[in-house]
Amino acid sequence: MIEAHHLTLRLGRATILDNVSLAAPAGKLTVLIGPNGAGKSTALKCLTGELRPDGGTVMLAGRAIDTLSAGELARRRAVLPQSSVLSFPFTVAEVVELGLRAGQRRPSERAIAQDALDLVGMRGFSDRLYQTLSGGEQQRVHLARVLTQVWEPVAEDGPRYLFLDEPTSSLDIRHQIDVLEIATGFARRGGGVVVVLHDLELAASYADRLIVLQRGRVVATGDDAHAIVAPDLLRSVYGLDDAMIAKRWPAMAQAR
Amino acid sequence: MVIAIPDENAGTASVAERRAWRRRMSIPVLVALLAAAIVASATIGATDVSFNGAFKAVGQALGWETGATLRDRVVLFDIRLPRTVMGIMVGAGLAMAGAMMQGLFRNPLADPALIGISAGAALAAVSVIVLIAGAGLALPAWLVPHLLPVSAFFGSLVVTTALYSVATRAGRTSVATMLLAGIAFAALAMALTGLIVFHSDDTQLRDFTFWNMGSLGGATWTRVAGIAPFVLMTVLALPFIGNGLNALLLGEAEAFHMGYSPERLKRWIVVLAAAATGAAVAGAGVIGFVGIVVPHILRQVLGADNRLLLPASALLGAALLIFADILSRLLVAPAELPIGIITAVIGAPVFISILLRRRSVIDI
Repeated sequence: MIEAHHLTLRLGRATILDNVSLAAPAGKLTVLIGPNGAGKSTALKCLTGELRPDGGTVMLAGRAIDTLSAGELARRRAVLPQSSVLSFPFTVAEVVELGLRAGQRRPSERAIAQDALDLVGMRGFSDRLYQTLSGGEQQRVHLARVLTQVWEPVAEDGPRYLFLDEPTSSLDIRHQIDVLEIATGFARRGGGVVVVLHDLELAASYADRLIVLQRGRVVATGDDAHAIVAPDLLRSVYGLDDAMIAKRWPAMAQAR
Repeated sequence: MVIAIPDENAGTASVAERRAWRRRMSIPVLVALLAAAIVASATIGATDVSFNGAFKAVGQALGWETGATLRDRVVLFDIRLPRTVMGIMVGAGLAMAGAMMQGLFRNPLADPALIGISAGAALAAVSVIVLIAGAGLALPAWLVPHLLPVSAFFGSLVVTTALYSVATRAGRTSVATMLLAGIAFAALAMALTGLIVFHSDDTQLRDFTFWNMGSLGGATWTRVAGIAPFVLMTVLALPFIGNGLNALLLGEAEAFHMGYSPERLKRWIVVLAAAATGAAVAGAGVIGFVGIVVPHILRQVLGADNRLLLPASALLGAALLIFADILSRLLVAPAELPIGIITAVIGAPVFISILLRRRSVIDI
């Protein structure tokens, strides 16, 4: 279980996170949604230990996250950032194998990197130069890298966690679904997953637990994602009016 | 008609095998190249020492009675070898520093001379010489050969730290800011170095050309001993930073997610790169482009993995600098060209070609 208790984070005068408490249990896929600037990515960065909040604590498996070293954290959780820039001629295999090292794996576990490439549909790309890939392919290579880092969802010292920050942003619809299926598979086998998403339909379809952020606060949370992604939310959180909703989601408007 | 369909998998397998083979062979090939460079450097020069003569002189030094001439022994041991060993350390130092800076700044255009780090080292070294002479300090004899490298080390440390804080915001480094600020730092430090050199008539301060364009001409065993600890320290640290530097290439946040402390990692890289640059500048002045050319060539052949790139850079940098030094001795013999002219003639076109290829990425 990853838990955040009363997180507060300010940047200058702006309050980015305002008393945010949430929990992402192992075995579940937790999705964070909310409009631009709601604090989703910032909350994720606090959960991964990358950012230290001004107030509040983050607990990973019962331990305060700032008592864990970078190495201990890397063994227990992997993080897929929104985008990565790499301006050196690494091959796909070399990028993915960075995850082996990060997960503190033995050289004998090298096959994991290939299995991860298989899983993200990038088999046969091992020897391609990373720089020659499209944006979506690069994103999938990084997904393979972070999967390599925490390959077994549950290890002897507890479950592993996967943090994905808008993993679907540069992918076509097929690969968006593939990524969320992979994440779901990780959760079904006992790992914990926290995903930041913009696409509300994907969020509703895949979330075991949905958390809605708005202006740095948690405004809704629950396990029935379809019930949360409803006209009320679209109006109050995203500022849509009925005409917009009817045009974009005719079925939802009719159901009312 | 038979149409041959190329087997894609067979093709990629052979690419992987070829790369793996090159990697396995790289260190032995580079060691052989360096050995050839050492032999060439020991036997080529204004005074002819034959290969046979050099061989005899080495034998004599090892205690065998080989009948080596005194002339051969003096030329070899008092002139050629210190110069060659100095070349090894300067070349290895500059190439390692270049590869490390490129990792730190996350782009392949960082070169210690180009972005002012060497100039900072030169300024610090020149300042210390003048300060000590001005203050009339009598320093213990053992300290003197170490003073230059130590001050050059601090000079490059200051410039590297300043440049990093200027060019990096929130873990992201701007290539344009790094290059432009680096050029300004280099110009300022060189101008101040020139000012000090021209206002001083100290004999220790050889001409400005030495600091500006570099030379291995002043190499003695004492000076070699002065810079050796800094180069050795960097070489010995290489196995410990390759993995971390690879992770850092993805970004500081990514390095943290992968289990490294980016702050500690960066501190180490800055210190090691400054030590290597400082040693190189204290030994041979400011020599440009070695730090950019050597890692660039190696990345094309071996890939970008720093675990191999760093030691390979040290070896190729050493060999390249020795060959450049041989050219500097031969081209206008019996006079000598400043070695920086030769490295610039080779290195500037490489730099331009990297720039052209990455124009869209860099976007100044």
